[in-house]
Amino acid sequence: MKNNGSKPISTKTLLPKCPTGIQGLDEITGGGLPRGRPTLVCGGAGCGKTLLAAEFLVRGAVEFGEPGVLMAFEETEKELKANVASLGFDLEGLVRRKKIVIDYVHIERSEVQESGEYDLEGLFVRLGHAIDSIGAKRVVLDTLEVLFASLPNEAILRSELRRLFRWLKERGVTAVITAERGRESLTRHGLEEYVSDCVILLDHRVNDQIATRHLRVVKYRGALHGTNEFPFLIGEEGISVLPITSLSLNHKVSAERIATGIPRLDAMLGGRGFFRGSSILLTGTPGTGKTIVSCNFAQAAARRGERVMFFSFEESPDQIIRNMHSIGLRLEPLVKRGLLRFHSARPSLYGLEMHLATMFKEITTFKPHVVIIDPITSLMGSGSDSEGKGMVTRLIDYLKAGQVTSLFTSLTEGGHALQQSEAAMSSLMDSWLLLQDYEGNGERNRVLYVLKARGMAHSNQIREFLISDRGVDLVDAYIGPSGVLTGSARAAQGALEKAALLASQQEAARRKRELERKREAIERQISGLRSDYESETMELRRVDEQVGTSALMLTTERTASGILRQADAKVVARAHTRSRSGNGKKNS
Amino acid sequence: MKTKPVKKRAAAPRKPVQFWQLRLYVMDKSSRSITAFANLKEFCESHLKGRYHIKVIDLLKHPQLAKGDQILAIPTVVRQLPRPVRTIIGTLSDTENLLVGLDLRPAV
Repeated sequence: MKNNGSKPISTKTLLPKCPTGIQGLDEITGGGLPRGRPTLVCGGAGCGKTLLAAEFLVRGAVEFGEPGVLMAFEETEKELKANVASLGFDLEGLVRRKKIVIDYVHIERSEVQESGEYDLEGLFVRLGHAIDSIGAKRVVLDTLEVLFASLPNEAILRSELRRLFRWLKERGVTAVITAERGRESLTRHGLEEYVSDCVILLDHRVNDQIATRHLRVVKYRGALHGTNEFPFLIGEEGISVLPITSLSLNHKVSAERIATGIPRLDAMLGGRGFFRGSSILLTGTPGTGKTIVSCNFAQAAARRGERVMFFSFEESPDQIIRNMHSIGLRLEPLVKRGLLRFHSARPSLYGLEMHLATMFKEITTFKPHVVIIDPITSLMGSGSDSEGKGMVTRLIDYLKAGQVTSLFTSLTEGGHALQQSEAAMSSLMDSWLLLQDYEGNGERNRVLYVLKARGMAHSNQIREFLISDRGVDLVDAYIGPSGVLTGSARAAQGALEKAALLASQQEAARRKRELERKREAIERQISGLRSDYESETMELRRVDEQVGTSALMLTTERTASGILRQADAKVVARAHTRSRSGNGKKNS
Repeated sequence: MKTKPVKKRAAAPRKPVQFWQLRLYVMDKSSRSITAFANLKEFCESHLKGRYHIKVIDLLKHPQLAKGDQILAIPTVVRQLPRPVRTIIGTLSDTENLLVGLDLRPAV
């Protein structure tokens, strides 16, 4: 896991460390337990000491090639094998392949009589023999304190234990010693006196009827370590410690944007939707459509061919699918195609950390591009506030590291405090949408705003959120002098505006008609005038013609009369001109 | 020589023909081991003369044998026979405890 990356640095510069391979523990301890030194693991009954120790050995043998010896004082070899088999550890096979030696040490006080001085050289011999037989690098002593019950002479035992720990160090084996939690001290018999290098405390507490295991590194000489209490759980693959934060904020980010499935919402988010790999919080009072928005988002992603993991803590998958039919969303084909996977669980089914573990597991197996958690609040309700927040942080960290886009819905109570109450969680989120009921005019309407959207220009507008059988739509809420109007009020306002528009349109049409009429009248006038003008012109022409004709007539008449009067006038004139040029014979 | 009557008194009335098989686990040359062997020998001579057998096992040479009898402490005496198996740890210097441990005398 991640520890592999940090291991080389810590082993070279700091104390040599021995990776446990236990999820999360190596992160907390900065690489593992101190190599070649004993580590004390203490805790009450049933908090997982033996399992932690066994996992340390098994992982050592399997993953790091370090054989180990398990010296058991409480459980027999057979019991141990059966117990860890439930976590998927094949202790039996490892023993057969000589990777692990199990030595069950048993002393019945009633069968042992003390007589004179003795030492525990026998224990050393057995341990030494076991170590030598497989070249063990790791040793587990589970639970050494049983000896205090079996051996009557405590003084001898104490001095021998001191010698044992020194001997273990000399042998250079990394040892894990488990011990029962004492009432006032870390261990019942004060073993912490002898083991001074590393002490890990396990704890099993019940809060609100839900049990949670915790792990704390009380002491780690010569190394930095997380001092907090970390929840851990025993799952099907062993122990996993869940660090609250991965102590780093350096995940890669993507500039890719993904659509929300509601075009209008995309438009509100700078036109292109959310960033891939961002975390989105969707808060809302009951019945404001959080699940619907989530399902739209899920559908949009699945249609792009991305895998979507939907964690539902309120409804069963079938119920969600059925309910989405009512708004025209068909999710079951996507489920069948394996693009959408539901995981439903009651929040109170088990503790928070178990939920987290199952979610991690689902996510690692399904490898989704989008994760939806609906709602995160009911899950957080199963733990304390700080736990819940820690859980969300871990989840977001985990998802961001894998560039998985996450959408969390959050159910809030009505009233004004909702934004404050969500402030803690919202600081972890990149985008925050708020769905709200808008009461007024005798109805409730849904509105949506974008409260924040890191890294993108987003709309500051309130939008009315409409759910119909054709899906979801966002419309502009009416914002005017009378405030924000939604629902029928918005519709009424719309109608009013429409009426006003109609009226003004009619007015315009009327004026237009009038003008038209006027223009036509003028046109008529113009045509009248033109005809007048034309008739005048005609008249004028006629007059001209008359004048011409009369003149012509005058000439013709004169000629005619001339002809009549002196018919030869022309001929004479002509003859006159001819005789003037020749012999004027014909002159009269 | 004083011990002979003790032997008869102690062993004869209970199981007259019982043969004792003892194992003494030691670590090579430790002084405790030597003391324990000496003490055991003396004890057996005085209480079980002629019907006992001591097998000394040196765990330095045979460490694998420690597991069988669940040996932790050194020195340890294990009574294989008669049954039930009894274990006494220590240098066996405390004869009273030894007698109790080997069922030769009921615990007070």
